[in-house]
Amino acid sequence: MPTTYEPIATQTLGSNAATVTFSSIPATYTDLVIIAQMKNNGTGSDFLATFNSDSGSNYSRTILGGNGSSTYSARATNASFARFNYSEPITTDGNTIYKINIFNYSNTTTNKTVINRADRGVTSTVAIVNLWRSTSAINSITFATDLSGNFVSGSIITIYGIKAA
Amino acid sequence: MANTYFPIATTTVGSGGAATIEFTSIPQTYTDLLLKLSFRSSAAGAHGGSAQMIFNNSTAQNYSFTFLRGSGFTSPGTGTSAGVAYIRVTNNHPTAGNTASTFGNSDVYIYNYTSSSAKSTSEDSVEENNTSECYAQITAGVWTLTNAITSIKLTSEATSFVQYSTATLYGIKKN
Repeated sequence: MPTTYEPIATQTLGSNAATVTFSSIPATYTDLVIIAQMKNNGTGSDFLATFNSDSGSNYSRTILGGNGSSTYSARATNASFARFNYSEPITTDGNTIYKINIFNYSNTTTNKTVINRADRGVTSTVAIVNLWRSTSAINSITFATDLSGNFVSGSIITIYGIKAA
Repeated sequence: MANTYFPIATTTVGSGGAATIEFTSIPQTYTDLLLKLSFRSSAAGAHGGSAQMIFNNSTAQNYSFTFLRGSGFTSPGTGTSAGVAYIRVTNNHPTAGNTASTFGNSDVYIYNYTSSSAKSTSEDSVEENNTSECYAQITAGVWTLTNAITSIKLTSEATSFVQYSTATLYGIKKN
């Protein structure tokens, strides 16, 4: 069986960090899958990212979620980052999980679509689509949180590459 | 670079049906687990199929889940079951009253199943059978015990899984 689903890199934080960057992402795959289990120290609850260090107003997103008692949908346009949560915050226990799919990240002909799930079992489930309006291949991803918060020790992010046939 | 997406085991239900499907002695050598399910139940009526998942044969009330569901028939709905004895991994998969030979499908992703912390899960579940009422659902689950997961049991809430229902367990390594 050909190898089509490969780990590219994992970062497990040993100390607090305001950002986590994966650079020099090889362009040899078709899609990326990112699995993240993040923890904070009570400050910084959003899970955000920029691609290729682009902090221009080139991101937009649509959110669909449910919290057990109500459903919701939200949008943002001309944002300066991609966002992977809405009401599923990063918390101290790390029990919110993020699964992020980046489609056709290595091509240079299309803008980049990202679909992710953010799940916190007892309180919320959400699906989000982000668009990065750039035809550049994604070669680096910088993850950050909000409110000048930090990711703390024990946070884990793994990037997998998926090849088309 | 090594391949890291391995099939561990597959179960295909035989002609007599099966009330449960179980994976035991799950190797502890992966990072995450992925279940791919294709289920239909033998209960009468339509849309009655659901399946529950438990770990390590534990039926203590240490599971919780929150779902978001659309049917095309009514407004989208959401619900939470906290402190229950299972995570529901499919909801309204086809039963005897639905289009023949049609199965509901689910992906169940289980994160860090060997860790000594609570286990989080993500489910994507669909039932489409060319009628006015079908279902798409996403679910977040958690098992708050800190044991490594060594077995998974899937139980039909509606009589039994019919012949040709399948469950495949994959292991995913990060290195």
